[in-house]
Amino acid sequence: MIYLDNAATTKTAPEVVEAMLPYFTERFGNPSTIYGPGTEAKKAVNEARRILADALGAKQEEIYFTAGGSEADNWALKAAADAFRDKGKHIITTKIEHHAILHTCEYLEKQGFEVTYLPVDQDGLVDPEAVRAAIRPDTILISVMLANNEIGTIEPVGQIGEIARENGILFHTDAVQAFGQIPINVDQLHIDMLSASAHKLNGPKGIGMLYIRTGVKIRSLIHGGSQERNRRAGTENVPGIVGFGAAVSRAVRIMEEKIQKETALRDYLIERVEKEIPYCRLNGHRTQRLPGNANFAFRFIEGESMLIMLDMKGICASSGSACTSGSLDPSHVLLAIGLKHEIAHGSLRITLSEENTREEMDVVVEELKKIVQKLRDMSPLYQDFMARQENRD
Amino acid sequence: MYSEKVMDHFQNPRNVGEIENASGVGTVGNAKCGDIMRIFLDIDDNGVVQDAKFKTFGCGAAVATSSMATEMVKGKTIQEALQVTNKAVMEALDGLPPVKVHCSLLAEEAIHAALWDYAEKHHIVIEGLQKPKNDISEGEEEEEY
Repeated sequence: MIYLDNAATTKTAPEVVEAMLPYFTERFGNPSTIYGPGTEAKKAVNEARRILADALGAKQEEIYFTAGGSEADNWALKAAADAFRDKGKHIITTKIEHHAILHTCEYLEKQGFEVTYLPVDQDGLVDPEAVRAAIRPDTILISVMLANNEIGTIEPVGQIGEIARENGILFHTDAVQAFGQIPINVDQLHIDMLSASAHKLNGPKGIGMLYIRTGVKIRSLIHGGSQERNRRAGTENVPGIVGFGAAVSRAVRIMEEKIQKETALRDYLIERVEKEIPYCRLNGHRTQRLPGNANFAFRFIEGESMLIMLDMKGICASSGSACTSGSLDPSHVLLAIGLKHEIAHGSLRITLSEENTREEMDVVVEELKKIVQKLRDMSPLYQDFMARQENRD
Repeated sequence: MYSEKVMDHFQNPRNVGEIENASGVGTVGNAKCGDIMRIFLDIDDNGVVQDAKFKTFGCGAAVATSSMATEMVKGKTIQEALQVTNKAVMEALDGLPPVKVHCSLLAEEAIHAALWDYAEKHHIVIEGLQKPKNDISEGEEEEEY
């Protein structure tokens, strides 16, 4: 199997599983208790919190564990909106956010908030000046993702954070795809809140975090016990938290090497695909993109067919076609960068890990060439296009 | 997600291609929604479908239903071919996931569109055949990559 869907989820690293195991068995205690196993669990939770804080340039008490990235996004937006509703009802975000942000914004709109969804350019970049221009006296929150999950474009969040800071507006970033892949420092980027998830960086599923800068007063998410400084009650997912810590520690350790390796592989793949498969385009910014992300649109064919054929060759990837999104519309991100519907249907996302090899890229390109041609030979759009080309000559 | 039969017809689609000077050609669907089906029929003087071919842009289910539908109309009279409904195609494929039922409807429409084209060319009326919905976006502008 050649696994190329690391933006969907990653393999839990063996050292992460190893670190987690004792917290299911001998160190099973509840961190809120005072005897041996409980204290051990408490220590482990705090150690994980310290690792995450260090990775972000944050303070330990600014890290709040959640059940995942979507929960962190929901919490950040709903709780901030609730806390500042007397100050204003306007929120700024972008058209290319993850559904955890977009659908939460739609929910908030039903609650009476107004949301500006900023457009992006053809590479998927948000213009910081457009953020500035969208600010109103009643703007209470800006949320712009650090890197896009589909096309991999890395947003200028530092500039956006600075603009938010100048205007005294809370700034949240969804860093689910970026955390552990590229360096992030919450002070340098002027971030007030940041969401992340463990399973995108070789950690376990079901555990995420929200960074909340000291002094930011937002509502608690779950009421109950005093866990997570009263802000997110419930007995901690200790093995998950320990796994998150181990995954971040590993990610920080290997980051430089991982970035180099994935960037080289990604550029090799992009170069070969662009050179060897006609009528294809790269989606997302060419250089300002996540090291492991390549996203293509192949004209005249549909993404799900491509995925099934790749799967038959043991290659796992993803697409933004309607058939894979469960609706009739292709990915909102691909439409936002200006792709026509029929071209967006033919998209293919390949997301690498540090374990992928050049040989695997060669296999993928060779298979992809055959698959794209086979599907084009079947496609009436390709037939019509070729007929028009002939008439033109 | 797909039955073995669907996977078989997707992996080894029957009747892919086109028929030159076909008796009837029908194209249905919409590139915007991600599915376009074109079915070519060769119908002899006795009104029997001698051959059927297809070209499809779409998902696995769209390809498989095109393949099955063309198989099913071959050797049939026009009236029999009209009875190849989306339900019949779906049953022959051992079912489709609910979100893919529209693909089988498209196959039925494509056959009807090809038969309509045949009827128009031959100035005949096929009993029970209605003018198919044809919402394919024509004349889209080309862009260079």
